[in-house]
Amino acid sequence: MAGAALLGRLTPPPALRWQIARVVSVRAETPRAITLALDVPEWPGHRAGQHVDVRLTAEDGYRAQRSYSIASPPLASVLEITVERLEDGEVSPWLAREAEPGDELELRGPIGGYFVWEPARGGPLLLIAGGSGLVPLMGIERLRRAATPELASTLLVSARSPEELIYAEELEGAVVTYTREPPPGWTGYARRVDRAMLAEVAPPPEQRPHCYVCGPTSFVEVVAEALVALGHHRALIKTERFGATGG
Amino acid sequence: MSPITRGFRRREPSGDDSRLPPGQHLVGGFPVLSAGPTPHTPLDQWTFTIDGMIDEPLRWTWEELRALPAEPVRCDIHCVTSWSKLDTEWEGVSLDTLLDGVATEADYVTAWCDGGYTTNLPIEDVTDGRAWVAFGYDGRPLEPEHGGPARLLVPHLYLWKSAKWVRGITLRPDNEPGFWEALGYHQRGDPWQEQRYWGD
Repeated sequence: MAGAALLGRLTPPPALRWQIARVVSVRAETPRAITLALDVPEWPGHRAGQHVDVRLTAEDGYRAQRSYSIASPPLASVLEITVERLEDGEVSPWLAREAEPGDELELRGPIGGYFVWEPARGGPLLLIAGGSGLVPLMGIERLRRAATPELASTLLVSARSPEELIYAEELEGAVVTYTREPPPGWTGYARRVDRAMLAEVAPPPEQRPHCYVCGPTSFVEVVAEALVALGHHRALIKTERFGATGG
Repeated sequence: MSPITRGFRRREPSGDDSRLPPGQHLVGGFPVLSAGPTPHTPLDQWTFTIDGMIDEPLRWTWEELRALPAEPVRCDIHCVTSWSKLDTEWEGVSLDTLLDGVATEADYVTAWCDGGYTTNLPIEDVTDGRAWVAFGYDGRPLEPEHGGPARLLVPHLYLWKSAKWVRGITLRPDNEPGFWEALGYHQRGDPWQEQRYWGD
């Protein structure tokens, strides 16, 4: 029944061990979001789009863990995660408000092998982000800019207001839509992403863009369905959703 | 030993956490996680199939499946992304009902779905009252984003095993890794043993 090849394939690879990560720096992105640069001595490397599990331990031994997308591209010297503070959260408030350089926390990863992009996959790329769903997409976009800048990429970002837009200084060339409070004099999109907007912004389906969609569930549902309706190939649409995971 | 995180404290417990597997936290809502667009197969084209190590594949239309005895299922569900939800209420047909009278030597099953998703399970994990094809949630038809019209429900394992948009199971001799299992997630996924990833 089970031949040698099968046994070989099923041999479990090394475990993803919890490692100690040290906070190197904390950078404010918006009033609610920060980017933590982490020194992880035995980081095995990652692919753009993957995430990590972060674990915090209280003095009484209580531990809590959550998943966060990696913002830094592969080969960056430090690992960066961007964390948005959730009002009723447990881990994100500590990361976003308390963490300081020198603090230690536990981390394991990288995790997730589907919502990833590598230069060998080619393009064009169509990256569509809702809110902090931009984090893994920026990991992909930063890699593209560094490794294959000639490869076409369309980045569409939906944010409530300029104040809540993360990575604003890196979004030149991106299409931004503001859903609540556009800045004064704004002439760009000021509504939720919809099919008409995607038809205007996205490369035509015939170009077979690799579509990556990340954001809250309702955002991802609407965008993915609109892409399918516009004729984009289902198998080329990868989604990742930020639900109310209690962060 | 885990380092103490300076200034980190537990949030007020929001419910009964004696029912929480290690590393999990409670949520009130029902988060959605899936890898691609939500499929929408019309019910008149929907079937559920059991194939593989079986003399003749079995197939039910939607109406035939719904005519089988359905059971209410009250259970806690646990997602590998660390959220858990207690006392969820489902309705579905037990896999025992679907496999009733089937003679098979299979040790494993692969569940397969609209959209191409697959997941692998030992046959003991889907028999003996441990797995259902569920089409009702909270007294209503299961929403497409949560796997409707029907999903597998295997609540004693992490929720990625409860394949959304399920269309059939294949009875197999071997434990062929499914979609997430080939991408770094654990082959079995028992939340009480915290089997999240390869090697856990």
